[in-house]
Amino acid sequence: MVREYSLKTKKSFGRCQMVLMPLVILFVLVAQVQASWSLEIDVTKGRVKPLPIALPDFIGDSSAQKFAHDITGIIGNDLASSGLFQPLPQASYIEQITSFGQQPRFGDWRTIQAQALVTGQINIQGDGRVRAQFRLWDVFAQKQITGLQFVTPQRNWRRIGHLIADAIYKSLTGEDGYFDTRIVFISETGPKNKRVKKLSIMDQDGFNVRSLTNGRSLVLTPRFSPTSQEITYMSYSGGTPRVYLFNLQSGQREVVGVFPNMSFSPRFGPRGHKVVMSLQQGANSNIYMLNLQTRTTLQLTNTEAIDTAPSFSPDGRNIVFESDRGGQQQLYVMDANGNNPRRISFGKGRYSTPVWSPRGDLIAFTKLSGGRFSIGVMRPDGSGERILTSGYHNEGPTWSPNGRVIMFFRESRGAQGGPKLYSVDITGYNERQIKTPGFASDPAWSPLLN
Amino acid sequence: MLRNIAGLKVAALAFGLVALAGCSTTNKPDVANPQAQAKPGTERDFILNVGDRVHFIVNQSTLTQQGMDTLRKQAAWLAQYPNVTIQVEGHADERGTREYNIALSARRATATRQFLASQGVQGSRMSTIAYGKERPVALCDAENCWNQNRRSVTVITGGAIPG
Repeated sequence: MVREYSLKTKKSFGRCQMVLMPLVILFVLVAQVQASWSLEIDVTKGRVKPLPIALPDFIGDSSAQKFAHDITGIIGNDLASSGLFQPLPQASYIEQITSFGQQPRFGDWRTIQAQALVTGQINIQGDGRVRAQFRLWDVFAQKQITGLQFVTPQRNWRRIGHLIADAIYKSLTGEDGYFDTRIVFISETGPKNKRVKKLSIMDQDGFNVRSLTNGRSLVLTPRFSPTSQEITYMSYSGGTPRVYLFNLQSGQREVVGVFPNMSFSPRFGPRGHKVVMSLQQGANSNIYMLNLQTRTTLQLTNTEAIDTAPSFSPDGRNIVFESDRGGQQQLYVMDANGNNPRRISFGKGRYSTPVWSPRGDLIAFTKLSGGRFSIGVMRPDGSGERILTSGYHNEGPTWSPNGRVIMFFRESRGAQGGPKLYSVDITGYNERQIKTPGFASDPAWSPLLN
Repeated sequence: MLRNIAGLKVAALAFGLVALAGCSTTNKPDVANPQAQAKPGTERDFILNVGDRVHFIVNQSTLTQQGMDTLRKQAAWLAQYPNVTIQVEGHADERGTREYNIALSARRATATRQFLASQGVQGSRMSTIAYGKERPVALCDAENCWNQNRRSVTVITGGAIPG
């Protein structure tokens, strides 16, 4: 096992660790109420009319006012980005919320067409930590739907906004949210023929961007562990390109295994203790599984072909991958032990980079057809193919942990061209760019942090 | 390991030279250019008078006739300078997905290495590396650039005559 350290990563570690300090959920102000919500969003429909939600600035005394305003903004931005909510402009509000204890005048909120109302309060505690309380109200039923309190060190203050947004999302859709998450990706700088690529990480909304590597070595295809603060990726440091692990908490980097040739295209298994990847063997590439606990390696495919981009089903029973064994890139599913490979993609074109949804119901992929690169989804048996976005170059889907949103990168044309990150709902609606400081590629979504 | 890192530096140097020579689509020596005069046995001699790269058609790793001609000349030059060691870099164009292109470029490097071996270059003198679509030399978004990027490049990692 090779362990390597650098000052840069140690610094990153310091910052990462701070971010990872646990948030304490002190108590539920009011337990989840009646099962028969009158307010509900069906996320399974194609294009839903976003739910109008009123979000007046949280109340904060002088020391907490800035946090109160900014946290309210984070919640509104998260909810709007899902495409399921429409935060109403604050200028339209009739009632002014001046006290967290105050019972809203629901008529005033009905008048401006709000269906839900969020009120909240932020304090800085004696120990310096930030305390946030919020209540979610059903305007028409005139009752509180949920209420929660979060306490966190000040440096984690943005996470409070994401946690509250997740709580609102879950209350109103019945599904887990995805706002308190991070994205690991490759940041790209410099001209196209001399690109510098750094392993980077940011919050799901594009804030708190930081580099985890220094750019001296080419790094590609980072993937998040579904269970821990670990990343697996490919690096060209040390001559032979190999798969590495990067622990966000310790800042420690280690090679996953030393094989005679290049190892690449890694991805964690659903319980986080296995990595599937490709090993190059001469002209061919085959898929192997490495158990990180026992350090044993199992060969899963053995073909005179390129087998790569393996991705486990969330139940751990199957692996989807791409192979050109039939002449061109197509998607195949095999048992997790390599048995019983069967082709699942039969549309016109080449299929690549399959990723199994964390819900298990869909496989996202990149499709190359007619000179266009598209992001699509299909069921694990290959049926129900739908293209979500199509253009000159869209590549590399990754799933939000609730399986509702796909992030990918879109490359622009030409000598000055480069990649940017985008997200799109699995319905094909609500396409958005995720702002990054420069070019960005190979996004991978973390699990929920809490 | 150290040897490989040194090799990468040499690779970068060789790239710089090629960039100066321009994005020619042929491997013919640039006789019109007086700067093409290079001392025999040097990296510059190899790049300008032998040709350091061969090109591939889309999604293929089969060597073309022209490619095999270039590699025969490379093998002859390497026979003349037996201390020279090389790394064969495989590359793909940008019109493919990242992981597949890495594997495809490994296939191209392997095909090149195997052909050189068939022409008598000892395996111990050769290594390969696959860069996928990460290191383009031509930057436009048209086939006349992409076909220059689908290549394998024979990079001298040691043993050449200085100069």
